Amino acid sequence: MTAPTTDAYDGAAEGRVFNVSGNDWDEVVAAVREEGEEKLVVNMGPQHPSTHGVLRLILTLDGETVTDARVGIGYLHTGIEKNMEYRTWTQGTTFCTRMDYLTPLFNEASYCLAVERLLGIEDRIPERASIIRVMMMELNRMSSHWVANATFGNELGATTIMTNGFRARERVLDLFEVITGLRMNHAYIRPGGVIQDLTPLAFEKTRELLKEMPREISDIRKLLDESPLYLARTKDVAYLDVAGCMALGVTGPVLRAAGLPYDLRKTQPYCGYENYDFDIPTYDGCDVYSRYRVRMDEMEESLKIIEQCLEKLQHTDGPVMIEDAKIGWPARLAIGPDGMGNSPDHIKHIMGTSMEALIHHFKLVTEGFRVPPGQAYAAVESAKGELACHAVSDGGTRPWRAHFRDPSFVNLQATAATCVGGSVADVVAAVASLDPVIGGVDR
Amino acid sequence: MSDENNKDAPQPAETTGTDAEIEQAQAADNLPARAGEERLSEQVVRTGMFGAKTTGDTSGYGRLQVRRPAISSSPRPYGRYFDEIADELGRALDGAGVAFGDAIENVVVDRGELTFYVRREHLPEVAQQMRDDAKLRFELMSGVSGVHYPDETGRELHAVYHLISITHNRRVRLEVACPDADPHIPSVVATYPTADWHERETYDFFGIIFDGHPHLTRIEMPDDWHGHPQRKDYPLGGIPVEYRGATVPPPDERRSYV
Amino acid sequence: MGLEEKIPSGFLLTTLEQVVGLARKSSMWPATFGLACCAIEMMAVGGPRHDISRFGMERFSATPRQADLMIVAGRVSQKMAPVLRQVYDQMPPPKWVISMGVCASSGGMFNNYAIVQGVDHVVPVDIYLPGCPPRPEMLIDAIIKLHDKVRNTKLGANREKEIEELEAARKRALPIADVREPA
Repeated sequence: MTAPTTDAYDGAAEGRVFNVSGNDWDEVVAAVREEGEEKLVVNMGPQHPSTHGVLRLILTLDGETVTDARVGIGYLHTGIEKNMEYRTWTQGTTFCTRMDYLTPLFNEASYCLAVERLLGIEDRIPERASIIRVMMMELNRMSSHWVANATFGNELGATTIMTNGFRARERVLDLFEVITGLRMNHAYIRPGGVIQDLTPLAFEKTRELLKEMPREISDIRKLLDESPLYLARTKDVAYLDVAGCMALGVTGPVLRAAGLPYDLRKTQPYCGYENYDFDIPTYDGCDVYSRYRVRMDEMEESLKIIEQCLEKLQHTDGPVMIEDAKIGWPARLAIGPDGMGNSPDHIKHIMGTSMEALIHHFKLVTEGFRVPPGQAYAAVESAKGELACHAVSDGGTRPWRAHFRDPSFVNLQATAATCVGGSVADVVAAVASLDPVIGGVDR
Repeated sequence: MSDENNKDAPQPAETTGTDAEIEQAQAADNLPARAGEERLSEQVVRTGMFGAKTTGDTSGYGRLQVRRPAISSSPRPYGRYFDEIADELGRALDGAGVAFGDAIENVVVDRGELTFYVRREHLPEVAQQMRDDAKLRFELMSGVSGVHYPDETGRELHAVYHLISITHNRRVRLEVACPDADPHIPSVVATYPTADWHERETYDFFGIIFDGHPHLTRIEMPDDWHGHPQRKDYPLGGIPVEYRGATVPPPDERRSYV
Repeated sequence: MGLEEKIPSGFLLTTLEQVVGLARKSSMWPATFGLACCAIEMMAVGGPRHDISRFGMERFSATPRQADLMIVAGRVSQKMAPVLRQVYDQMPPPKWVISMGVCASSGGMFNNYAIVQGVDHVVPVDIYLPGCPPRPEMLIDAIIKLHDKVRNTKLGANREKEIEELEAARKRALPIADVREPA
């Protein structure tokens, strides 16, 4: 066990080591001391500006070279999966959304696909709902890649990229706000469809976004793609080839930057992705620069897909939530004088016209629908890799177990493989290029 | 309710023949009484339709008993590419000197997904064949997750492995069960290094000890935490919330509509 | 603290309070304590649209030794709580804490074993900011409210009197669950 920590003011004198948590630290230091070499054990985090959240990196340094890199996670563990076992299937959406908080819609989509597979309603999801899901997921891919690039630039010391990236991201968030009502953590995609249709304002703003975003992307590209400074810091840094990726289970932009064009949207399409025309950007540098290029290219592909979505939405009519009254979320939301809430038409319907509708509304909201027993594993290609939900049902209104295979969790395992042998400055670049979001890592 | 069913069914003559002959006669006629026996021998998993556990049950369906059959095996043919996988796995295991029936206790095809229930002793061999055999080639393991079924005595803790084959574009699931009294499952880190953190996480949350794991320590919870949080017997751990004029109990202590 | 604590109550102290308050609230440097989703909204506040630089606060100090304000943005897990306290202890006074988001203020939607139900269990909080996550504009509102609070902080003898009054009021107050009438 660790020695008890004393009051911080006591230790204000020089030379005192603070133990933050766990046995690991003591053992690591003791082990290094035994070796007798000039090795330094450095602790980065959990509170650190460059570790992408509360991540703890324990590096053993020989001068400036990293000889050992350990990763300490769990500082953001929220018990989301256990919490979901105490909520209905629909309420689970609001919980899983907050796991990987930069890609909330992907979390929701993978969860809802798993629940829909368990319910057996995969082919009854309205087409309009699937198109909207695709559009929202691609928008989320863009906003996530913007944050990845922005924070990456910030950590390398180029704050301009951060301010520009966040400004571009604000545009996408504005659009999210118009469509879902929230900037982040939307709970928009629910089992059965999506909760609200697009308004004409949403169409208008999406078209504006499609006009402005290419310029924003090209601005950053002009700044970085061929910048010698950027290339010096990112070329041949954090090398991880396909064999390494396979062994470590890494998917997503990191795998595509290693040369393997593996993307679930093409190999195992869901939500109608087979009907869209887009490419899978692949580079084979296996380094940080290739990953950056993959992300930028993916943003441009996302714009293509969003445009196709808009076209399809013009030609598709119909509901956005499954018509089955025993499953589909009953409320039809609308903007009223005091914000978004149940539409007055819906209230009139359930209170005045239909008793069944009232009963369904009541039962669905208080109890939730029952999902037949079984288990399902639904995977989506999130901005960071394969994000999947393994949902187990015992036949009740609550998940028996909802486990998420989060890409950040798996990709972060590759830290040691990419960092060891490089310099300390490269550790920052390596971790940033793997794009971990600690909410997803720790859940 | 069972009595009512039996009353309606025409009863065979009780005095003729032995039980075996009666059974045979019943089976031949496929009478409802026999079908009822099979169904009624399954365990009751839930009572009540809108099962409010308090006495305020106004549904009238309070005495309904829902039974669930035990893990059923899926019959051949499984459909899609599942047969190929099962056959190839059988062949690969034969080549390694393990009988298919020894390693795999059950095959379930449900909702378009193939699940092999693997006996824990043979898990490393099965994983190795899944990865190395040319026709199987499941290179990527996407994760290990744990599930706790406290009611299945002798098989409470399950570890679920999801495998992806990029070469053949396929998915498969391996599920391993172990009892609570002896929660050991061999580790597959040697075959799939990515399982490292996943097995640590499953150990952290369920207490399944993966034998052969290089460093099986807690990964999400603090190192000195007691208990394994995602087990069903571990409480959610919330506290009551105070509002103006009310106190709301934590989610696991509230009135349940399930 | 300093000399300002020792000046006796009166006109001089009031003027000093004004000056010190103004100095402290201008260019308060936040410590980076972004944990989860709220951290992203906090970063958005640092961005060009909701510009925190107009308050002089764009320099998020990674080292707590040079920070005045700790914005606890996000859910604090049991593993992170000692780290939070240590970072808070490393900040030199005067220091303030904004707990940003419902998870930091009260545990939020995660009423379970893993999350500390409110960072006020660990550090003293000056401003509670609800929201999941709060919009950047809400965070700016909280910062402005904090600036007002800091601007009007009493010093020395006045402060001691104020503390006594607050304590007495707290001792008289009922627990929140028993308070029926609206605030």
